[in-house]
Amino acid sequence: MNEQNLEKLLEVKDLRISAYNDEKQEIQIVKGVTFDIHKGQVVALIGESGSGKTTISLASLSYTKPGLEFTGGQVLLNGEDVLTAAPLRQRQIRGANVAYLAQSAAATFNPAITINEQVTESAVLHGILSQEQANERALELYHALELPNPDRIGYRYPHQVSGGQLQRLMAAMALCGNPDLMVLDEPTTALDVTTQIEVLKAFKKVIREENSAAIYVTHDLAVVAQIADHIVVLYSGEIMEQGSADKIINHPGHAYTRRLMDAVRPKPAAGMGGTVGAEFDRDVPALSVEQMTAGYGGIVNGEPAIPILRDVSVEVNNAHVVGVIGESGCGKSTLARVMAGILPQASGKVKLEDEELQGSLNDRKLEELQKIQFVFQMADTALNPKQTVGQILGRPLEFYRGIKGKEKRAKVAEILQMVELPPEFASRYPMELSGGQKQRVNMARSLAADPEVLLCDEVTSALDSIVGANVIKLLTNLRDKTGASFVFISHDLSTVASFADEIVVLYAGRVVEQGPTDEVLEPPFHPYTRLLISSVPELRIGWLEDTMQKREMAVGIARGVEITAVGCPFYNRCPMGIDATCDKEHPPIRELENGHQITCHRTVEELTEAERETQQILRGYEKLVDESMKVVV
Amino acid sequence: MMLQMTLRRIWVGVATMFVVSVIVFIMTSILPGDVAQIVLGQSATPETLAALRAELGLDMPAYLRYLEWLGDMLTGDLGTSKAGGAAISDLIGGRFGNTMVLAGLVAGISIPISILLGLWAAMHPGSWLDRTVTFGTLATISVPEFFVATLMVLILAVNLQWLPSTALLRDEMTFFELLGGLAMPIITLVIVVSAQMIRMTRAGILNVMNSPYIEMAILKGIPRGRIILRHALFNAIGPIVNVIALNLAYLVSGVVIVETIFSYPGLAKLMIDGVQTRDLPLVQACAMIFCGAYVILILIADIGSIVSNPRLRHPK
Repeated sequence: MNEQNLEKLLEVKDLRISAYNDEKQEIQIVKGVTFDIHKGQVVALIGESGSGKTTISLASLSYTKPGLEFTGGQVLLNGEDVLTAAPLRQRQIRGANVAYLAQSAAATFNPAITINEQVTESAVLHGILSQEQANERALELYHALELPNPDRIGYRYPHQVSGGQLQRLMAAMALCGNPDLMVLDEPTTALDVTTQIEVLKAFKKVIREENSAAIYVTHDLAVVAQIADHIVVLYSGEIMEQGSADKIINHPGHAYTRRLMDAVRPKPAAGMGGTVGAEFDRDVPALSVEQMTAGYGGIVNGEPAIPILRDVSVEVNNAHVVGVIGESGCGKSTLARVMAGILPQASGKVKLEDEELQGSLNDRKLEELQKIQFVFQMADTALNPKQTVGQILGRPLEFYRGIKGKEKRAKVAEILQMVELPPEFASRYPMELSGGQKQRVNMARSLAADPEVLLCDEVTSALDSIVGANVIKLLTNLRDKTGASFVFISHDLSTVASFADEIVVLYAGRVVEQGPTDEVLEPPFHPYTRLLISSVPELRIGWLEDTMQKREMAVGIARGVEITAVGCPFYNRCPMGIDATCDKEHPPIRELENGHQITCHRTVEELTEAERETQQILRGYEKLVDESMKVVV
Repeated sequence: MMLQMTLRRIWVGVATMFVVSVIVFIMTSILPGDVAQIVLGQSATPETLAALRAELGLDMPAYLRYLEWLGDMLTGDLGTSKAGGAAISDLIGGRFGNTMVLAGLVAGISIPISILLGLWAAMHPGSWLDRTVTFGTLATISVPEFFVATLMVLILAVNLQWLPSTALLRDEMTFFELLGGLAMPIITLVIVVSAQMIRMTRAGILNVMNSPYIEMAILKGIPRGRIILRHALFNAIGPIVNVIALNLAYLVSGVVIVETIFSYPGLAKLMIDGVQTRDLPLVQACAMIFCGAYVILILIADIGSIVSNPRLRHPK
C-alpha cells in the first residue's frame, strides 16, 4: 500500500503519559511516541504487557485509565487535538469518531441490558442514526459478521450467547455509528484457536467492507501478521521500530522485534514434547480415571442432569506431564475438579496408585488429599491477600505434614527456592508481587504439601508469553527434581505441545484422542486434533486466507460445539463424518502404537489416507452448500 | 429456574416462620412469672394460683399449649389478653394501623430521598456533597436513635418551637394534619433509616462503577447520568432493595424507642406493655407479627433480586 497517497486520519505526535506514585513522583508510562494512521489502514501496536500499548491506543479516545495523566504531545484526529477537547466534545469523539473494542467482551457487555440496545446505544445517543436506522444497521452488521440467527440475536442478553459471538457483537457495537477509527484491544487473545480464526476472519472482512481504519493492540505477532498493514513495535513506552507489516514480519530490524518473533511458538509438531527419565517409573499410574461420567444437577442411574464429561478414561503416569486440551466448555476443568474431589463423579472410578478414591473431597483421607493438589488459574484470587507468603506456604506444611516452628520457616525458604524465589519473599504479601511471582507462590503452595500429582488449571493463560514460558520451565524442572506428576490443562495447544509427555484431547466432554505427545501430533490425527493444529496461527502474511481455503477448515470453523448423547460429538463439524453412522453410534477406540488412541468411526488407514489427500476430503463442502452458509474470507 | 428459586425462597420463608414460632413460644415460656401470678399479686396462695392456671389453661404440657396456640394463630385467632380479657386482635388492630401509618409516611419520604442522595453522591465521588453525605450518614448510623430523637426535640420543639414535642394522633385527621402531628417521629425515623439506605445505594453504585462494562460505556461516549441510571443502577439493584426491605421491617417492628419518646401508640409500645404485664399471648402475637413483617419484606427483596437478574430471568 502506498501510504503517501492516503489522507492522514490520526497523528500521534510525541505522546507522553505518566502515572504518579504515593510520593507524587512521576513515573513515565509512555515516553514520546509518534506514529500516523491513514484512512482505511490497520495499524498494530505490539509489545509485552507493560509496554504501554493499551494506554497509547486509549489516548485516541481522549481517555486514560484512572491514575494516569497526559503530560505532553498531541493526538490529532482529522487535525483536531483530542487530548485538549472539552468534555462535551470528548464524549462525541468517543463512540462517534473513535470506537473501542475490549479484550473480554464477556466483561464489557452490560449483563442487564439486551444486546441490541447496547449495540445501537452509542449511535442513537450521538444523534448519528435514529433508533430504527440503528436497528437496521445493526442487523446488517450481524449478517456481515456471520452471526447465527441475526434477526433474533439482538433481543438476547449477553450471557445467552457464546464468547466468540460476543466478541463479534462488540465489533458490531463499535461499527454501528460508522466511526472513523476503531481501537481493537487484544480482541482475540482470550479466545480458543478455532474461535480466534472465526473472529479474525469476521473482523478482517468487516474492516475491508467498511473501509474503516483501526488500531490493533496485541502481543501476538502471528495474529498481527494476518490483519495489520503497518506495525509499531513498543517496549516500555517507547517505539523500538515501525514499518509496513511486510517489512516488520519478514525483515525485522530491531533486536527486540526478533525477540518477540522468537516468543511466537512454532506450530505444534512431533518432537517438541518432553522426555522422561526412567528413574521415577512405577508399575501403576499415579492417578487414573476409568470410564468416568460427571456433570451437574441430580444423578439418576449414574447419569447427571447436565452431563459434562462422558466415559472418560485417562492415566497419569508417575513423573509425567499430561496435557489436557480442548476448547472452552469441553470439560477440561471439570476433569480436574473430579480428580481433586471437588466435584464427585456420577459414575466410574478415580484411582490414586491403584487405590480407588471416594468421589467427594470430604470422604477422602488426609494423605489422599495431600497427594493430589490443585493449582488454580488465577493466582490473584487464589492467594489470601491478608496473609504473607510465609503464612500461605506454612499452612499446607503444618496441615498435611505437621511441620511447625523453626523447621516450618526453614522449609518455607526451601520451597521458595524450589520455585526460584528468594527466601525474603516469605514476609511479603501477595499484593507486593508481580503476576509471574504470584503464580510461582500459587504453585509453591501446592508443592508444600509434597504431592504426587499437581492439577494445573490454565496456570499460564493469564500471563504474557515470556512470563508464561518461565513458569513452564519451572514446572518441568520441578518434575525432574521431585518426580511429581502434572495434569496441565490448557486451551493452548502450542503451550501443551512444547513440554507435555502425553496429550489428552477432549471434545464436548469426551476423549477423542490421547497418547504420547509425539504420536498425537503426528498423523494420523483425529479430525478434531487436525482442526486444532491447523487453527494455530502462523507467523506468515496470508496464512488466514490460505487456511480458510481449505474446505475442512471452513466446515470446522463455521460451526459450534454440540453436546450429544449418542454418536460422535464432532460429527457436525467433521469433514470425514459418515452419515447414519457417526451421528448414530458411539465411535470405537482405535488403538495405535505406544498407547496412542483415536476415538473415531474411520479406520486408522482412512485417517492416514485423508492426511495425504486433504483437499479431497470428503463431504464437508456439500454439507455447507446444503445449508447455504457463506464461508468466504 | 426463576420460578423454582422463587418457590424455594417462599418455602424457606414459611419454614423460618415456624422456627420463629417455636423460639417465641419457648422464650415467652421461660420468662419468670406468669399471668396468674401477676393477676393475683401478693394475695396469691398456691391453691388460688393453681385454680387460675387451670382456668387459663396454663397447667397443660408446653407442647400442647404450643400446638393449640399455633393452631389458633393459623386460623386467625390471636387469643384473648390474659391481663385485660380483651381480644388481642382488637388490641393490636388499632395499634397496627398506627404503626403502618407512621412506617408508610417514613418510607414514602426516606426511600426517594435516600436513592436520590445515594445516586448523587455516587455520581460525584469525592465532591463536597459526597463527603458531606458520607460523613453525615456515618454520624447518624453511629449514634443511637434516642439521641437523634432527643436532639430533634431539643432543636425543633424546645429551641425553635416549630413542632410539637410529642406525636399528635386523632381520628379524622387530614393527610397534612397527620403529617404535621407526626412530624417529630417522622423526622427522627427518616434520619435514622435514610443513613443506611443512602450508604448502601452509594456503595452499590460505586462498586458497579468499577466494572469493565462501565468503562466501556464511558468509552462509548454515554453521558454520565445515563451511565448511572441505565448501566449501573440495574446491576446494583439487588443490595439496594435488600437494605430498603430491612429498613422497612425495622420501621414496622423496631421503633419502640422512638414510639416511647414521642408517646406514639404503635405496635412496638404495645408489645413492651405486654411484657411488663406478663401478658404472654399478646407478646407472642406481636412477636409473630414482627417476624412476619421481616420474613415477608426480605422475601420480597429476594424475589426482587431474582427477578432483576437477567441470567435467571432469561436462562440460556
